[in-house]
Amino acid sequence: MNNRITTLAIETSCDETSCAVLRDGREVLSNIISSQIDVHKKFGGVVPEVASRKHIENIDLIIQQALDEAKVTFEDIDLIGVTQGPGLVGALLVGISSAKAIAYALNKPLIGVNHIQGHICANYIEHKDLHPPFTCLVVSGGHTYLAYANDYIDYELIGRTRDDAAGEAFDKVARTLGLSYPGGPLIDKLSKEGNPNAIDFPRVYLNDNSYDFSFSGLKTAVLNYINNIKQKGEQIIVKDIAASFQQAVIEVLVDKTISLAKERKSNKIVMAGGVAANEGLRNLMKKRGQEEGMEILYPSRLLCTDNAAMIGSAAYFNYIKGYTSDYYLNVVPNLELK
Amino acid sequence: MKVLAVDTSTMMATCAVLEDGNLLGEYSLNQKMSHSENLVPMIKEVLDSLKLHVSDIDLYGIAIGPGSFTGLRIGIATIKAFAHVFDKPIVGVSTLEGLAFNLSFNGIIIPMIDARRNRIYTGIYKWEKGNLNNILAPTIMEIDELLELLNKNYNNIIINGNAVNIYKKRIMNILGNKVNFAPIISNSCNAASIAELAILKQHKYNYGNYFNLVPDYLRESQAQRELKKKESGS
Ligand SMILES: [Zn+2]
Repeated sequence: MNNRITTLAIETSCDETSCAVLRDGREVLSNIISSQIDVHKKFGGVVPEVASRKHIENIDLIIQQALDEAKVTFEDIDLIGVTQGPGLVGALLVGISSAKAIAYALNKPLIGVNHIQGHICANYIEHKDLHPPFTCLVVSGGHTYLAYANDYIDYELIGRTRDDAAGEAFDKVARTLGLSYPGGPLIDKLSKEGNPNAIDFPRVYLNDNSYDFSFSGLKTAVLNYINNIKQKGEQIIVKDIAASFQQAVIEVLVDKTISLAKERKSNKIVMAGGVAANEGLRNLMKKRGQEEGMEILYPSRLLCTDNAAMIGSAAYFNYIKGYTSDYYLNVVPNLELK
Repeated sequence: MKVLAVDTSTMMATCAVLEDGNLLGEYSLNQKMSHSENLVPMIKEVLDSLKLHVSDIDLYGIAIGPGSFTGLRIGIATIKAFAHVFDKPIVGVSTLEGLAFNLSFNGIIIPMIDARRNRIYTGIYKWEKGNLNNILAPTIMEIDELLELLNKNYNNIIINGNAVNIYKKRIMNILGNKVNFAPIISNSCNAASIAELAILKQHKYNYGNYFNLVPDYLRESQAQRELKKKESGS
């Protein structure tokens, strides 16, 4: 008897059109990601209307590719998962409209998934034995969340950014340094050659007990530093600025994550989101985690970025816990993690 | 043959089922609640009432614009998904042609959809020997520009669409007794018209399929327009 659940998942919250097929919550049969990076490059960032137009052009092709690669057809699908938010409203609407129609056409359950929860669930795909509870840090171009996972679907949101997301700060500083879009990975690369202690950029901890973050001051500090150097007619050393900036970001991220894990007596830290692919962050978290006897986990590079497999995993765990959505499901651009 | 058609180009969400020249059911809602929330439940309600399911549909009709960019994508994503699941044909139909098709009128038919800031999406249509011909292709223009063009060239005009009520006074002032206003029933988008046009067009040309069908926005995104301006150095 085969009572395993085959999930079709769709993710269109930003500039990736993605569709995946999963067996239960952890086994990926296909995970097709159509990136629009080249389209948005010329605008210097993601343009919502342009992203939405690309999604409607691609969506059914990507769905078909995901089915083909998984060697399944629509009739094999037991469950439909789709990103409900947070994200760009017009972009989310394409995926959710498609998912609702498929769920109704197949007469199969529909699950609206929180994108942030999806990022965390990428770790269930990567690490087959991972179980909650754990401490988690979700960092990307759009989000910076420090949370505690009590269960597969029960998250306590403990800290968040009060201004820029961590990845947003990377992209903005990269632009200031004249690096191309998206700049985050380039800063990570340059940092390996630069001196992280060359410039003492501020580490913003807010007040003592806060697990919140703030990165806009750091971004301004980098800008001021560059202007200062230029005014003096001195040469700016891009790799040193990149390394020092990155160090200032990751030290705060790591410090707060480790101290939350300690407070919760949790020996597992899970990272997720695009910035979790940052090697500087991975290395520092591992080093500090080892010192504290904690296990540090993160997904492979591909699963760090936006992808539908992570949405399918989250959909599965919600489904087996008894949650389903109805056909009135709508996008929630500012959906909170809970 | 059963046809399901949808039009979500304007505030009116409308879906209809046609079978062999008969309208089996139509459901239209003109309200602020989002099409995203309502569309699938509306379609389900019509089909449930008819004891049908999407799997019974042989052909899909969809209004592809012009209109609200977001609205168009909701309708098109929904219909493409249905057609994809059951591998059925789709016919994309111009929203303006759908509006013009609402009216049997022996003169010039002008559908107009609000494009904001004194602009409208419009086209010129005329019935000739049982065919609805398109004289001016769908375009975006200033309302005053259109009214001037109509005043200069035509004497027997009927207009419909959601821009009519916005500009009624201006239209009356300029066109006077040359113009007729459509009755409420045929003033707004009706999915039944889209469905009938889908049937008429299905074998004629390639109207797109569930992979390649996209909205006909008639306008580039603002970001794209600004980029072009910058690149041309003006
Ligand atoms: Zn993301």
